[in-house]
Amino acid sequence: MKSYKADVLVIGAGAAGLAAAIEVKKADLKVLIIERDKELGGITLQCIHNGFGLKEFEEELTGPEYAQRFINQVKDLKIPYILDTMVIEITKDKKIYAINNKEGLIEVSVKAIILAMGCREKTRGAINIPGFRPAGIYTAGQAQRFVNIEGYLPGHTFVILGSGDIGMIMARRLTWEGCEVKAVVEIQPYVSGLLRNQVQCLEDYDIPLITSYTVSKIHGADRVKGVTITKVSKDYDRIIGSEKFIECDTLLLSVGLIPENELTLQAGATLSQNGGPLVDNNLETTIEGIFACGNVLQVHDLVDMVTSEAKRAGKNVIDYIQNRYDKSITKEEKIKFIPGENINYVKPDHVNKSDIESNIIFNFRVKYPDRRVIIQFKDENNKVIYKRKKVYVIPSEMIELDLNLKEIGVEMTIKEIRIEVIPRPEVLIEED
Amino acid sequence: MIYDVVIIGGGVIGCCIARTLSKYDIKIALLEKEADIASGTTKANSGVVHAGYAAEREYIKRDMCIKGNKMYTQAAEELNFPFQRIGSFVVALEDGQIKELEEERNNGIQDGIIGLELILDKTKIKHMEPNLTDDVVGVLHAPSAGIVSPYEMTFALAENAAMNGVKFFRNHKVRRIRHQNYIFELKTKKGVFKAHNVINAAGLFASKISKMVGLDYFDLMPRKGEYILFDRNAMHLNKILFPTATKVSKGILVCPTAHGNTFVGPNAQNISDKEDTTTTEAGLKEILEGARKLVPKLPGRASIRNFAGLRAIPNTYDFIIDNTDVYGFINVAGILSPGLTSCYAIAERVTEYLELLGVDLKSNDKYNPIRPKPELFTNFSKDELDQKIRKDPAWGRIICRCETIPEKEILNAIHAPVGATTVDGVKFRCRPGMGRCQGGFCRPRVMEILARELNIPYQEVTKKSEDSYYLISKTKDELLRKIESGE
Repeated sequence: MKSYKADVLVIGAGAAGLAAAIEVKKADLKVLIIERDKELGGITLQCIHNGFGLKEFEEELTGPEYAQRFINQVKDLKIPYILDTMVIEITKDKKIYAINNKEGLIEVSVKAIILAMGCREKTRGAINIPGFRPAGIYTAGQAQRFVNIEGYLPGHTFVILGSGDIGMIMARRLTWEGCEVKAVVEIQPYVSGLLRNQVQCLEDYDIPLITSYTVSKIHGADRVKGVTITKVSKDYDRIIGSEKFIECDTLLLSVGLIPENELTLQAGATLSQNGGPLVDNNLETTIEGIFACGNVLQVHDLVDMVTSEAKRAGKNVIDYIQNRYDKSITKEEKIKFIPGENINYVKPDHVNKSDIESNIIFNFRVKYPDRRVIIQFKDENNKVIYKRKKVYVIPSEMIELDLNLKEIGVEMTIKEIRIEVIPRPEVLIEED
Repeated sequence: MIYDVVIIGGGVIGCCIARTLSKYDIKIALLEKEADIASGTTKANSGVVHAGYAAEREYIKRDMCIKGNKMYTQAAEELNFPFQRIGSFVVALEDGQIKELEEERNNGIQDGIIGLELILDKTKIKHMEPNLTDDVVGVLHAPSAGIVSPYEMTFALAENAAMNGVKFFRNHKVRRIRHQNYIFELKTKKGVFKAHNVINAAGLFASKISKMVGLDYFDLMPRKGEYILFDRNAMHLNKILFPTATKVSKGILVCPTAHGNTFVGPNAQNISDKEDTTTTEAGLKEILEGARKLVPKLPGRASIRNFAGLRAIPNTYDFIIDNTDVYGFINVAGILSPGLTSCYAIAERVTEYLELLGVDLKSNDKYNPIRPKPELFTNFSKDELDQKIRKDPAWGRIICRCETIPEKEILNAIHAPVGATTVDGVKFRCRPGMGRCQGGFCRPRVMEILARELNIPYQEVTKKSEDSYYLISKTKDELLRKIESGE
């Protein structure tokens, strides 16, 4: 069995893993990256469209270009990485077992682990579409891989279910390849991806967007021959009589992403309701010394946000190794953050009371769109501690607040804080 | 070349008969119309090995089931397929149903079903199956009931049969049968097969095959059953859970699979189209609602797949296992539930019929009943794994991340006797794509391996049949075509 030793192991070499590894390496710690694919870069490699890097580099890059900037740094800094390698077990004492076809079983001993495994796409089963089970049903990301990496077309005529970003980007991509995208069908009354993709990928190419509809049946025993779409009510119940048949040979699904946390669970860490691990403000999971960042923690809107979260995780890991590792520090008290009205989830889930004097970044998403709202923090006695106005909120845009809890008046006695997004009372008619 | 026996149909019944007959020194061929065996009813059913108390006593299916159940122990040992005798509960939710369970127990015990017991102690019941509803008033516990992977068992049967000399022909739909001078000539698109004896195990299409030799004495009606499968991590059941049965079916069950997933289903819908395996919105709702009566806390959001299968319901409601008036032509039709449980007993009955027909059943000296246990990545210790990868690097390349399937297991599935030739063939033999991502990551890799091993172009790899293609062309081919044709 081959053994490796390092201070930090990063699992996953996508946008999150690369940025976190680079950050840790800058503090002169020994870091090792394990990646299951055959090259560094992760999913960004198949995202050949532009729009990446506006925040991080203040220029517009494609996915592979964005990834390459980090890959170059990894190589310049001589960070070791093992490719084509699958982590199969993480033990309680932070021994990691992985395998690949060159070295066989690999054992890695480290002081800290950064989980950066990313996310995966929801499938047909997860949303239970009735009908046949033919070839010709792909997730948008799978189709993206076929077209952009492997160089094959998965079909001639498409219906795309779900208006997630990858779905809309693929609608444009397939049009460029000479395919016909008959419709993008969205169950919600609004688009679930970014507005810029709605404009640049659908409207600019006259691709019909059909909202408040869903695919209710798949036709074709061997290969998709078409889909039936049905209108849904406000409560997402299908309205009988509104069925329409659309002929197509391929159905793409862009119905959401789920953080990929099989390993996290196997390591014994707790997950929270968004499917990502429960973390404190250091992005540390419920297992000491195991940190998480990027889409494995929460699905982000933009890769730039993944990078900045990964850098934070990297800094926190450095702090952990330099100041906490191997020193028996008793578990400190935490303030619990709970999603309240119109909040889907909040990250971090906990804040360490000793950190309330430093700035903490909170990320959360709303459940449904709203206009002219108040975002507020309430303590366990329902006392409003903090509030701010916002013109609009939509689920596709993650809300980020950078707050110093002490400055906003959080006291050490508080045990939990509920975050809510509520409509503004009519009296407050001033703009933000 | 004249075969002693040609079996039509590569479902669990056809394959089980093939394997049973491979003990004897006779020439056997099996013809399957689909691209793979185990493609019909075998692929989409509950995978329950029933104890045998359920069927009415005047039906042969009851005897076959009770006998077949007992034969599973030896079969599983020899063929190494996933099978666990976990026991079943028939659940009574009202006091009035207890009487029915009592009657089933008494008759069952008389007929030799081992261990049947009526349990009325709710604490004990809940201890045995904590997921069961609080509304339970009693259960009929049948410890001899079990769960099996029906398609994996069928692949094992076919592999073993092939090892022992049976010839398998897939993509061979029988179009016509001529019977002359005691020889059957079976016409397929790919050639004519001659046989002294024919066994019709064509599932839903057995009545059509039977009519080809002029035997028109039964009808088969397709009855659809829909299912929903849940993620393995979502729930763990100890027992197979049936509601108290109605006249139409055994009802909607909540049941673990041999691989630790939970499924719910089936409903029972009589339809007319023998190829209509669509799931329906109403049906999926019906099975969820039905299942919730037994297990209120179903992990609805953790569903990973829905599917439907068709049972062949004969107008007699009993198995049709006949040495027919056409000498040498045996019908094995209308094998509805508990057909899976009964298959070994049915194969034994067919063997007796062949003996009656004068087939010389000398034993096959080379017969080996053992189908080697498939080597599984997940069963290896760390040291074994390290050594395996050193010997063969294909053990170290994980293709399916959800189910942890290495390339080697896929290669084994492709190169086994009667091996996989399609993506579904690989999936049903060794599970890549069965997990929560449903092939999202691994499908292109499986396609690559199939293309390489079968020496076919990447874009010609299909899901199940020739028409179930995944890719249409290289990128730009479509654009060039449109430019050239002026579209």
